[in-house]
Amino acid sequence: MRVGLFIPCYIDAIYPEVGIATLELLERLGVDVVVPLNQTCCGQPMGNEGDQKNAASSEQLFCDNFENFDYIVGPAGSCVKHVRMHFDAIPQTKKVEHVRKNTYELVEFLTDILQVKEFPWATYNHKVAVHNSCSAIRGLHIQSRSEWQEPYFNKTEDLLSKVEGVTIERITRPDECCGFGGTFCVTDEAVSVKMGQDKVADYMQHEVTCIVSPDMSCLMHQEGIAKRQKAPLKFVHIAQVLNNGPF
Amino acid sequence: MSKVKVDQNAADFIYMDDIHQPTHDKNLWNARMKRDTAASGIPEWEQMRDLASQIKEHTLTHLDHYVQQFVTEATKRGVTVHFAKDDIEHNQTVYDILKSHHATKIVKSKSMLQEECDMGAFLEARGIELIETDLGERIQQLSGEMPSHIVMPAIHKTTADVAELFARTIGTDPNEDDPKQLTEAMRNNARPKFLEAHAGLTGANFAIAETGAFVVCTNEGNADLTASIPPLHIASIGIEKILPKTKDLGLFIRLLSRSALGTPATRYTSHFMGPRESGTEMHIVLTDNGRSRRLGMEDFWRSLKCIRCGACMNTCPVYRRSGGLAYGATYSGPIGIIIDPTFDESKFSELPFHSSLCGSCSEVCPVRINIAEQIGLWRQRMVNINESSKTLHYAFGAVEKVFANPKLFRLAEKAAYYGMKLTPNWLLYHKKLNAWGKHRELPEIKKETFRDWYIKNRLKK
Amino acid sequence: MSSLEELLAAIRQNLPAQKVDYPEIPTYEKQGANLKDKFIVNLGLSGGESYDVGSIDEAKEIMQQKLPDTRVTCSATSEWEGSKSIHDIAHPRELEDVDLGIIRAEFGVAEMGMIWLTENSLQVNSLGFLSQHLAILLDPDLITENMHTAYRKIDFQASTYGCFVMGPSATADIGAYLVRGAQGARSLTVFFLKQQI
Repeated sequence: MRVGLFIPCYIDAIYPEVGIATLELLERLGVDVVVPLNQTCCGQPMGNEGDQKNAASSEQLFCDNFENFDYIVGPAGSCVKHVRMHFDAIPQTKKVEHVRKNTYELVEFLTDILQVKEFPWATYNHKVAVHNSCSAIRGLHIQSRSEWQEPYFNKTEDLLSKVEGVTIERITRPDECCGFGGTFCVTDEAVSVKMGQDKVADYMQHEVTCIVSPDMSCLMHQEGIAKRQKAPLKFVHIAQVLNNGPF
Repeated sequence: MSKVKVDQNAADFIYMDDIHQPTHDKNLWNARMKRDTAASGIPEWEQMRDLASQIKEHTLTHLDHYVQQFVTEATKRGVTVHFAKDDIEHNQTVYDILKSHHATKIVKSKSMLQEECDMGAFLEARGIELIETDLGERIQQLSGEMPSHIVMPAIHKTTADVAELFARTIGTDPNEDDPKQLTEAMRNNARPKFLEAHAGLTGANFAIAETGAFVVCTNEGNADLTASIPPLHIASIGIEKILPKTKDLGLFIRLLSRSALGTPATRYTSHFMGPRESGTEMHIVLTDNGRSRRLGMEDFWRSLKCIRCGACMNTCPVYRRSGGLAYGATYSGPIGIIIDPTFDESKFSELPFHSSLCGSCSEVCPVRINIAEQIGLWRQRMVNINESSKTLHYAFGAVEKVFANPKLFRLAEKAAYYGMKLTPNWLLYHKKLNAWGKHRELPEIKKETFRDWYIKNRLKK
Repeated sequence: MSSLEELLAAIRQNLPAQKVDYPEIPTYEKQGANLKDKFIVNLGLSGGESYDVGSIDEAKEIMQQKLPDTRVTCSATSEWEGSKSIHDIAHPRELEDVDLGIIRAEFGVAEMGMIWLTENSLQVNSLGFLSQHLAILLDPDLITENMHTAYRKIDFQASTYGCFVMGPSATADIGAYLVRGAQGARSLTVFFLKQQI
């Protein structure tokens, strides 16, 4: 199995440790991982804003970079959702279809494809809240949707519960959007910030020390708010917990 | 028509004080929670959503047939059916009916279509005294505001706001802020108006093609008072309200109020099938007002399935923080975002961007409208007709060149690193220049990117 | 003003090409459900009350205890004589002084705790809404399971008006506080009693 590691642009520049943790984790699990060096952005920021013209070249470059892998894995639900569900600014060739179908978010790849049962190398002594992004829940369906009458499941929680020391606390509104929303966070600053502040307040009320997510973009926004409020919260990517660092 | 600045209006609502927005959020979130509880008691809930969606899509794809059948059947029952292609014809038709009956005092129950046509102002300008009888609508009428929510028109107001309003307008004790007493005051204020009214106006939640009946759902009983006392009943019905058969109502009544408020049904589910007794008249104004045009919009026609339950508004995290008035339109929240631009693309061009695209709206919708997807498609439409924010897309134009070129991208990453290091804090946190930094700390751009690390630790070893 | 033909033409010009079929709709009936018990529970959820009674006099006595200040009663059923005769009503507004309206429901719906009224059971429609309080007589054998079964019972050709009523009138339009007695009845009491012929 040959896996192309998709490292979203903001993880490359701002959270390199998340990229490292993802790579090391996949290597530990015996996967043949390659990082295509010419990757940039998947085109989501433009696509989300309805700007198909300016999304097209990013989408094309993404497909060029990843067409020759069995699977493409990225530690970012919203970017993966864009690839799988909204990569339609470019012609839908066989190659594009292959890339869309085989691009996985890390949690679903570990759960559904690798079916990992344990992480014996990892310990994480924290009371954590899980934040699955809206894209990961309602797009990729890594968690049951609270709006639906369907049995409860949460792939992120299931993976974390295999790590020694982790206590999972469910907050009051676990699947309420945190307000990041891509460019929304600056174009609609007041609402975005209010949603983030309410999310941080929910964490504080439940006395968690750490927020674990498969989506660093939401955490970037939440952490920015928590830091400004001097709230004692740590924000980490699930790859860092499952790989036992780096943090 | 000037653009609605929905983001600015929402900011005003948030920063008004520390009571209104949190209360609004709490009350609507409670409605969403009650909806979840109500739905969880019904094992066939998801299947019912599928069926309701399918019936609506069936009806809309055969709408000419069902409109014709509805009109034939209603006419057989002694109802006079009028046709209005737009808001102007709708209002004129209602006015003409009233005028020919010398009706100058009217009571009305809630109708989003009449709101959409701004009928109240039209009739009042022609000397008609019009009283809203739904409590929430009456509050909004007395405030001179549009409804802020489809089902709970005054939900953005606190009890204290209503106490102040009623003291000013209907003479209640300004210190009286008990909702029970305020409701009682309005009951007593409204009673004589029902008794004196020359005509009663309603909308309709559903219209049944096979019988010509229409259905009105209320909790207060105000539609039944409106229809059972005056000798003239005029109902405004949008063409998308039609369902083929009576038995379809079984599904829709089970879904409607559970989705809206988490109650099994509304207190009154009223079916009108013709004039009441001899000497009374019933008129229907069957109205298009942009609906047939929307039916022809490939990406957007499914918004016509909407049964106006408001579940998408209750669940929407952005709507709960913004308040409904921020949208500056008859329909607010997620459903408003996808309907309002069909009336005026320029005025409402910013609405589709007032969403974090969390997708919860699509998941609660009892008739499975792909609301979130349509919001995305409206964004594309706004970009294509040059109605979206210019600055953002100039920026995207520049960014696109960078993302398309890996070398430029690496340079930009480094530039960002040094840029952040060298830029003084006051510039980063200046509110006009940087919307991120007003209430958030900036993330740190690392000197060594993941790619740098990978080359050093994997490729050079 | 527009005509039906103009409206239909506008619709036909815009009909989606892909047609969708009309689905089968199940009635979702459950085996062995105790319909009366379900009805009582669901009526209670919306603030209605119910009593098993053996006679009209028993029902009258309960209402007298519940609402001792009742002066004007008006009944749409010959089983219970009110102080004001429904047959003398010339205009619906004349029922505005009714404290207690008495109506025999045509049937009940267990799923919702609802009762079905038409102009046949109401005699004058406004009785159901101008009355300050309502006493409803319901034959416990005439409770249907849910809305699907309910709509299969109704004959729309037989009446011009019909209403499912679920408990007393209510609103939560002020500060989201639930208040009973908005514009319609302030209370609704159901008496389980077969019609005496």
